[in-house]
Amino acid sequence: MSDELEIKELEEVVVRFSGDSGDGMQLAGNIFSTVSATVGNSISTFPDYPADIRAPQGSLTGVSGFQVHIGAGQVYTPGDKCDVLVAMNAAALKTQYRYAKPGAAIIIDTDSFGPKDLEKAAFKTADYLGEMGIDPDRVIACPISQMVKDCLADSGMDVKAMMKCRNMFALGLVCWLFDRDLEVAFNYLKEKFAKKAGVAEANIKVIKAGYDYGHNTHSSVANVYRIETKHKVPGRYMDITGNKATAYGFIAAAEKAELKLYLGSYPITPATDVLHELSKHKSLGVTTVQCEDEIAGCASALGASFAGALGVTSTSGPGICLKSEAMNLAVIMELPLVVLDVQRGGPATGLPTKSEQTDLLQCLFGRNGESPMPVIAATSPTDCFDAAYQASKMALEHMTPVILMTDAYIANGSSAFKLPNLADYPAINPPYVPEELKGQWAPYLRDEKTKVRYWAVPGREGFEHILGGLEKDNQTGAISTNPENHDLMTRLRKEKVDKIPVPDLEVLGDKDDADLLIVGFGGTFGHLHAAMDEMRAAGKKVAMAHFKFINPLPKNTAYVLMKYKKVVVAEQNMGQLASWLRMKVDGFVPYQFNQVKGQPFVVEELVNAFEDILKK
Amino acid sequence: MSYTAQDYKKGQPRWCPGCGDHFFLASLHKAMAEIGVDPWNNAVISGIGCSSRLPHYMATYGMNTIHGRAAAIATGAKVANPNLTVWQVSGDGDGLAIGGNHFIHANRRNINLNMILLNNRIYGLTKGQYSPTSPRGFVSKSSPYGTVEDPFRPAELCFGARGHFFARAVATDTPATVEILKAAYQHKGASVCEILQNCVIFNNGTHDSVYTKEGRAKNAIYVEHGKPLIFGENREYGLVQEGFGLKVVEIGKDGITEKDILVHDAHCEDNTLQLKLALMGNGDGFPIALGVIRDVEAPTYDDSVTAQIEEVKAAKKYHNFAELLETNDIWEVK
Repeated sequence: MSDELEIKELEEVVVRFSGDSGDGMQLAGNIFSTVSATVGNSISTFPDYPADIRAPQGSLTGVSGFQVHIGAGQVYTPGDKCDVLVAMNAAALKTQYRYAKPGAAIIIDTDSFGPKDLEKAAFKTADYLGEMGIDPDRVIACPISQMVKDCLADSGMDVKAMMKCRNMFALGLVCWLFDRDLEVAFNYLKEKFAKKAGVAEANIKVIKAGYDYGHNTHSSVANVYRIETKHKVPGRYMDITGNKATAYGFIAAAEKAELKLYLGSYPITPATDVLHELSKHKSLGVTTVQCEDEIAGCASALGASFAGALGVTSTSGPGICLKSEAMNLAVIMELPLVVLDVQRGGPATGLPTKSEQTDLLQCLFGRNGESPMPVIAATSPTDCFDAAYQASKMALEHMTPVILMTDAYIANGSSAFKLPNLADYPAINPPYVPEELKGQWAPYLRDEKTKVRYWAVPGREGFEHILGGLEKDNQTGAISTNPENHDLMTRLRKEKVDKIPVPDLEVLGDKDDADLLIVGFGGTFGHLHAAMDEMRAAGKKVAMAHFKFINPLPKNTAYVLMKYKKVVVAEQNMGQLASWLRMKVDGFVPYQFNQVKGQPFVVEELVNAFEDILKK
Repeated sequence: MSYTAQDYKKGQPRWCPGCGDHFFLASLHKAMAEIGVDPWNNAVISGIGCSSRLPHYMATYGMNTIHGRAAAIATGAKVANPNLTVWQVSGDGDGLAIGGNHFIHANRRNINLNMILLNNRIYGLTKGQYSPTSPRGFVSKSSPYGTVEDPFRPAELCFGARGHFFARAVATDTPATVEILKAAYQHKGASVCEILQNCVIFNNGTHDSVYTKEGRAKNAIYVEHGKPLIFGENREYGLVQEGFGLKVVEIGKDGITEKDILVHDAHCEDNTLQLKLALMGNGDGFPIALGVIRDVEAPTYDDSVTAQIEEVKAAKKYHNFAELLETNDIWEVK
């Protein structure tokens, strides 16, 4: 161990905090990412928590992880593997070590590696490092539990309460390792425990102890790392998860449209945080109803839209199955509605806490009859804000249900969010029926150009009308089974959706001379971008085009897809986007990269697969 | 402004001649005129079924939605826009089978909806299958050997879901139907009105004992809050409490006088006796109870939602999106 402390500059670093579900790893990870973001580092985080409500303490199934990627330049993903692994117990080391890079520093609490802990983690011998082939020189083995107890000996806390602060010791140690300013962490804790000053104080004390421990021992690593920030975009920032950003997007859109925001929802992983978030903001007039089931969530949101609100329903794939009939009612009644699908692993209950992109075709087609519905897929945690805003605007201005797709990965992941200024966002103008049409108005009279029907909100005299699930006459709005009329209405509903303007597809990277175009949609943007960057850094000519607007597709879709010699569609399903694009673009025959593991893509695997395609 | 039934009427109903829906529709028009809420401030929301065609014959706002979901859709409409008077119209299949979950939860939450249950104990639109209110043993196209299941009794379901208002009328009995509809409107909270109606094609005669005026005189009792529970062609019978149940007695016989007769209390929080009234059937030697059986005040969901929003608005310092952003941990990159 060197006495001279060397400060090394790093481009980026990935830290993974892991421990028992109750060990507070998410909090430690969140604080570390906030502390890093404050100095202008780019951040991307991903929590990886078990599906079990509370698995037995110390068990392999109960391990919870939180990965933070910080970079001097832009980082697009939480990172494939980590440079520093914090393992608060034996089970964490056992299950999480595979996420560590070769040569990664490993911080362990030796007090949680007793015979019982080792047994629960299925270690066969007391030499757990040897058993896993870990070089002891890379391990910062620290009796964290004991030191936390010593540190809080005078606090009057009981041992159980003290042990809840272990995560902060690990955090302090990591902060020392990366030369982070603790002040931000202290403020975070003071705010979080504003009503429990004692708890805040204890946590702060333990962070300091962890930091000092690192400083005094230099631990077993000789370096402190510093990640400077390269490209600072000045402004005010906050850390935001995708689900929170989605909720904020709905709030912003309702405010812009001057409408009440109504959320009808039923708890479902991983979408529930949207219900939680919106339920907090009654001071903005947000109305949330936790309904009796998924169907009622959607049906009541549609009722709210009918009555003049921005109706939103939030769910995950299984909920979409249940809501589809009410979604279709919104299609035929031509009322605004936003349906949020935070995708998870399927089919059926599938992998509730894991991420996939397997609902795309369900969202596009999973309803009876000809049922065109716009589909938007958010591309990152912060993009969830814009996507929710755009979905709301589209629904309100085009009188249609819109599906907003996110996924567990971007919903739970977070990154730094530059505070938006609502004044910079486009106006939202629902097509309220003009007063002068009184007397001549019928519900399916349309704007000639957009094919959008007018909206008459109950309470307006002279515009009383009946909507419903039965086909209506395009002129009178009366029930009609006339064959020509049904054919016409079917076409009108499609035309209306097809006419919705969406931005052109943007090509990134070597757009003029790429040998390979990488195509994806939604939450895989970061991983695909990182893969492209890596390949270009290695001298390959690569471009990418990422779909956010899936129905209708951008106008230049065919042009972009047919321009490059080789195109690979990479998605976390068995080829759903590829199928959709092949259906819409004549002669498009892409390579495919499909993975359905419930886990985010691994950049290295993408690069390998894409390089193989280049060689073909 | 005063209205007539005509102001709420629209179109030409397409139900079978003699269908109970015709009678009910006329009563609803009449009740709405007497209530006097402007047509444009009413929303009539139905599901699917013969009776769910009803909104098409209303000059109000309305929706004829999908099977079973009327109560859920009405919930969203009422909560989002509490100024609307919302009428939710369902048949026994729509309301109690496919929509049973929404029916009980609308009652439990006590949303200020006027919930009409048109009960003809049959699926008419699909041409004659038994419904959740068809009696055990009922023979229909889907139960050629008779059903082997017990029916729901709507009042029981309503009370079991902690419903605070339940009334019943026979479709052909216009004055009584108008009265319960007005009472349902007056009641703040979920108000269930069960309308006994005939299906002339698939279940003719299902409510025969009370379908005519003469029948009702013999086989029904009109209950009224604060009045003794007396019935019979010559008002010669009454109801008294006996043990855990009710009993029919003859006034003037065995020393029974009017003073001995149980007085109806629709406002009683405890629904025990109201339930007993609601469940009385001719088969058990009782009259069928008509009128407002239960009408108890309780906080409504929509009022509570609005009140909570106002409370939180007063307590919190952020009231728009820009202010909401400021409640987060923010850092500045210079």
